[in-house]
Amino acid sequence: MSEDALATLVEHASDPAVITGFVQIAIAVVLAAAVLVLTYLRDLGFGRELITTSSRGLVQIVATGAVIGLLLAAHIAWASVVLAFMIAAAAWISHERGADLPGSFRASLLAIGVGSAIVIASMAVAGAIERTMRDLIVIGSMVIAMAMKTNSLALERFTDELSSNRAEIEAVLSVGVPPERVVSEHVSTSVYASLIPILDRLKSLGVVSIPGLMAGMIIAGANPIYAAQYQFVIMLMLFSAAAVTSMVSTLLVSRYVFTEAKQLDNDVLESIDA
Amino acid sequence: MASKLETEELTRVVDGERIVDSVSVRIPTAEVVAVIGPSGAGKSSFLRLLNRLDEPTAGTVYLDGRDYRELDPLALRRRVGFVPQAPALGSGTVADAVTVGDRLCDNPVDDERVDRLLERVGLAGYRDASVDDLSGGEQQRVAIVRTLYVEPEVVLLDEPTAHLDENTEARLEALLEDLIREEALTCVVVTHDTDQARRLSDRIVRLEDGRVTQVGTPQEVIP
Repeated sequence: MSEDALATLVEHASDPAVITGFVQIAIAVVLAAAVLVLTYLRDLGFGRELITTSSRGLVQIVATGAVIGLLLAAHIAWASVVLAFMIAAAAWISHERGADLPGSFRASLLAIGVGSAIVIASMAVAGAIERTMRDLIVIGSMVIAMAMKTNSLALERFTDELSSNRAEIEAVLSVGVPPERVVSEHVSTSVYASLIPILDRLKSLGVVSIPGLMAGMIIAGANPIYAAQYQFVIMLMLFSAAAVTSMVSTLLVSRYVFTEAKQLDNDVLESIDA
Repeated sequence: MASKLETEELTRVVDGERIVDSVSVRIPTAEVVAVIGPSGAGKSSFLRLLNRLDEPTAGTVYLDGRDYRELDPLALRRRVGFVPQAPALGSGTVADAVTVGDRLCDNPVDDERVDRLLERVGLAGYRDASVDDLSGGEQQRVAIVRTLYVEPEVVLLDEPTAHLDENTEARLEALLEDLIREEALTCVVVTHDTDQARRLSDRIVRLEDGRVTQVGTPQEVIP
């Protein structure tokens, strides 16, 4: 760790806001403890889980805060390394949803990478997000997280589509239709299904919920109208990354489930059915 | 008569089990061959190998004397049509289901042919009906028309009347018999019903444990 980074860490840790943060945590802990007493009295049986989960959450989030604090002091070139690591981790976590599909990690890595990179890079170049470590890492992680979630949903839905429509897919293959055309409807269904959560978030924007970023900006004293505008920009970025990711991943895996002789790969289907 | 299809030591092994085991049979042009045998004998697995829906582990199939592995699988499947046991028509209209082979390949749809074939199978006026509203027998007839629409040289039928009630089965079988004779189709029919095999076929192949145990005329195989 460089001296600069260490100095930044110490500076962040000794900030009066951190002390205030711990006071706020203490108040929240008192509230959680009251809930814990209630669960004990009602014999609900999840008191231990509440303690371990909250403790782990506290350690994780404070550690994340410290790491972000360190990263903010690093050179901006490190942003690409950090984002690449996040993309690889997201692809690894997400590919589990389509683990029975061949090449699902490769497809996830490429899809999340392309979806996130296009959006982050174009928005940074256009100036919609500042080219600072803070914006690139914080907003980049939101984009990658959304791409990961969408990728998981798309792979899961595509796996279900294959499994439940095998007879129809083979019937259409049997009249000489190319595999990519045979599954195009199932690819579209999977892409749409994976985008429903972000579409619903766009639909309910400001009506059902005030999104976290906008709420945070308003609490931090930003102009509420600008906070709303910026939130909308972020939502569209998330949607774009999600849509590109979903399309790329389903298109790629849909090719991997057919053999060279344009047959549905039986090993893949048996693995899905198992 | 020249062989339209000929299998040579056709074998498929799945999880170490030889579900189709060294099957060599000839299917002459315009002849109907029925494949019979007990459940699990490998009848449907054998049929799926004929239009390369599954890949043989060993052996091959010759179409008009040419090894089918040299042919484009999509072109092969248009020449060797397959009617699956379950109609699997998807959603949409009868015309959508019938013309899927052209629509998804961006080929022009032959509406006259659709109407003619639907009329031939007793479904005149059904072209705009939803496939979901059809009975099991009607859906099976649409599945047959879907295959015939692309003008295959060989038609593979996998238990064409399974899951149908007795009356519907008899009507569909009569329709198949007429179609096969009128169009001079080369057919391979998998059936568990020996009476149906006797009525429909010129020759019968009996499979047991994936192997051919008997080949002959219906009179020879089913005394």
